[in-house]
Amino acid sequence: MAINGVLRPGHAVLRALDLDESVHFYTEVLGLQETGRDKSGRVYLKAWDERDHNSVVLRQADRAGLDCFGFKVLNDATLNTLEGRLREYGVSTERVPAGDMLETGERVRFQIPTGHLIELYAQKTSVGNGLGDLNPEAWAPNQKGISPLRMDHALIYGGDIDGNRRLFEDVLEFTLVERVKLEDGTTDLATWLTCSNKAHDIAMVRHHEDAKLHHVSFMLETWESVLRAADIMSMNRVSIDMGPTRHGITRGTTIYFFDPSGNRLETFSGGYQWYPDQNPITWTWDEVGRAIYYHDRKLNPAFLSVVT
Amino acid sequence: MPRHRVFIEDTQESFACDEAQSVLLGMEALGRKGIPVGCRNGGCGVCKVEVTSGQYVTRVMSRAHVSAEEEASGRALACRIRPTTDLRLRVLGSMRATVCGDTRASATDAP
Ligand code: FES
Ligand SMILES: [Fe+2]
Repeated sequence: MAINGVLRPGHAVLRALDLDESVHFYTEVLGLQETGRDKSGRVYLKAWDERDHNSVVLRQADRAGLDCFGFKVLNDATLNTLEGRLREYGVSTERVPAGDMLETGERVRFQIPTGHLIELYAQKTSVGNGLGDLNPEAWAPNQKGISPLRMDHALIYGGDIDGNRRLFEDVLEFTLVERVKLEDGTTDLATWLTCSNKAHDIAMVRHHEDAKLHHVSFMLETWESVLRAADIMSMNRVSIDMGPTRHGITRGTTIYFFDPSGNRLETFSGGYQWYPDQNPITWTWDEVGRAIYYHDRKLNPAFLSVVT
Repeated sequence: MPRHRVFIEDTQESFACDEAQSVLLGMEALGRKGIPVGCRNGGCGVCKVEVTSGQYVTRVMSRAHVSAEEEASGRALACRIRPTTDLRLRVLGSMRATVCGDTRASATDAP
């Protein structure tokens, strides 16, 4: 399979209640690298193995949450095509000029039915992962904290997740990978969608308030490194929500925890690879506990109610 | 570190809370099943309370959940306040559901 439309999640712009405290947390504890600060004070970060200049942007604000979630697309032609398709579909789009975000080209920004702002862009400066492209070493020696490989996906909460799914499927060519049904057996409580070969690139849960963030997730290499991440969280008294454990959905091993502004993050490893000939997996309401937390086999109250 | 009594009016329970510790962490230490701990970092709003008497210090908390006016009138996120005297408080928001058995603001009213 070729991945040639939307490539992957490219940036999460997160709000911080206390920017200095957050930058310290994201660099020293989570172990991202700071790659720049812009005139408006936003701080740019990347995970060590990411090539592009940034994948997490922190903005000082008076409330927590997600400003927008961006996806990188193959090239400028793809960006133009997708923008055209969005408009045809009835979605109004806005072009944010190149350079508004550091080292980032023009972004096509639009609102999805759950109220979240999504961005597509084709250009972001490649700063490399520090290993070079010729005969590289296996990993970068100068890592701090948890040090995930990359920002991987987000789980968002809002009302019209059916509208979201149709938009992502029909316009952006995402595919449904897994879903959880409500008690009625027909309504989706949640869906997991992929634009690539991953088990999910974005997921969404039905919720009474729009534009909410459940978590932004970072990928680790092994289950061992998930345990090590939990150790680092305890050493730094990080607020942990759940884990280490495993999700039934996607089969990833996971920890949910909170940044200093109360935004939930995840560090995970594993899960399966998805191919376009796979049928979607359905979970029923009576098994939702095992679907979300495979070992506890029940939801914690925070899963459905604690969002930013 | 000095400790202060925190009295929860809704349940008539009280607990000792270290000055260095947030009121929410003190409540967590009560070990009461069902205390709906959220982010513990002032962002999600589930731990909203109204302090009816006593002094405390605050840390920055999400304005999506506590406005400046509310903050001035004693409303706060329990995870962002530390007591400097004994406190009396009432539980607000989605935390009521599990602390007080109030179903009007259920913690799982989402889907
Ligand atoms: S627990 Fe989230 S604001 Fe206090
Ligand atoms: Fe996740």
